[in-house]
Amino acid sequence: MVTEFTPYSALLGGALIGLAAAAMMMLAGRIAGISGITARLLPPAEREGFPERLAFIIGLIMAPLLWIVVTGYPVVQSVSTNLLLMIGAGLLVGFGSVYGSGCTSGHGVCGLARLSPRSLVSVLVFMGAAAVTVFLMRHVIGS
Amino acid sequence: MRTAIHFAIGLIFGLGLVVSGMIDPAKVQNFLDIFGTWDPSLAFVMAGAVAVTFAGYRLAWRNEKPVLEDRFHIPESTAIDRRLVLGAAIFGIGWGLGGYCPGPALTALGLLAPGTIVFVPAMLVGMWLARMTASAAQPTPVSSKS
Repeated sequence: MVTEFTPYSALLGGALIGLAAAAMMMLAGRIAGISGITARLLPPAEREGFPERLAFIIGLIMAPLLWIVVTGYPVVQSVSTNLLLMIGAGLLVGFGSVYGSGCTSGHGVCGLARLSPRSLVSVLVFMGAAAVTVFLMRHVIGS
Repeated sequence: MRTAIHFAIGLIFGLGLVVSGMIDPAKVQNFLDIFGTWDPSLAFVMAGAVAVTFAGYRLAWRNEKPVLEDRFHIPESTAIDRRLVLGAAIFGIGWGLGGYCPGPALTALGLLAPGTIVFVPAMLVGMWLARMTASAAQPTPVSSKS
């Protein structure tokens, strides 16, 4: 399905993500990596910083709801209804991001902003793997 | 106070995912689909996010320490090893299949799409398994980077 190219809202939204990542460093001295923040809430949970990490995740979850209430605009989404596929995807995303010490936020945004070679390798590998997966799914298997 | 600040940072991050469109798996998959219905928007999301973070980090590091903590917690590992590459490859395959990485999936939870409702618990199980694998393989806990 086609989605509209939206460079301005993409830049603005990206800047907001950057603002949050910068604030996390300036105030808490930490990387805003979603997979690490989430994984360390799971058992055996790290007690230190637990309420802060939980508050961050609750903030994430509240964001689209606040957006809808304040602006009156809907949040447009098209999520696959193939639930088995989504369960498999979720397992891979969760396992891979924690095993590889980061996802789009930790390696992608924060790691690249730190000019970390390790993060650059991670980003190239996950972008490449994701592009190949979408190519196979849409153009070879043709789902 | 500290908790409220982290809540606010999460809220701003989540609004960024909403405004940028990254919360929509179809948009993410179209970014990855260079030979199909390509939508380059996500390149602009990344560019905006990395540019602001880059500047913000330099500003933050001018201070001796962060405002709320005693010191900066910067990931120390520089190893480009099998774990890093294998983890990124597995993550990438899942990202391509579902169009969700961890941030947008969690942020979209309240929108209650059935695909999201099954994706997030599966993701948490995957994360837990990786933590178990990690702590079994080496004594150090999961690095603070993610």
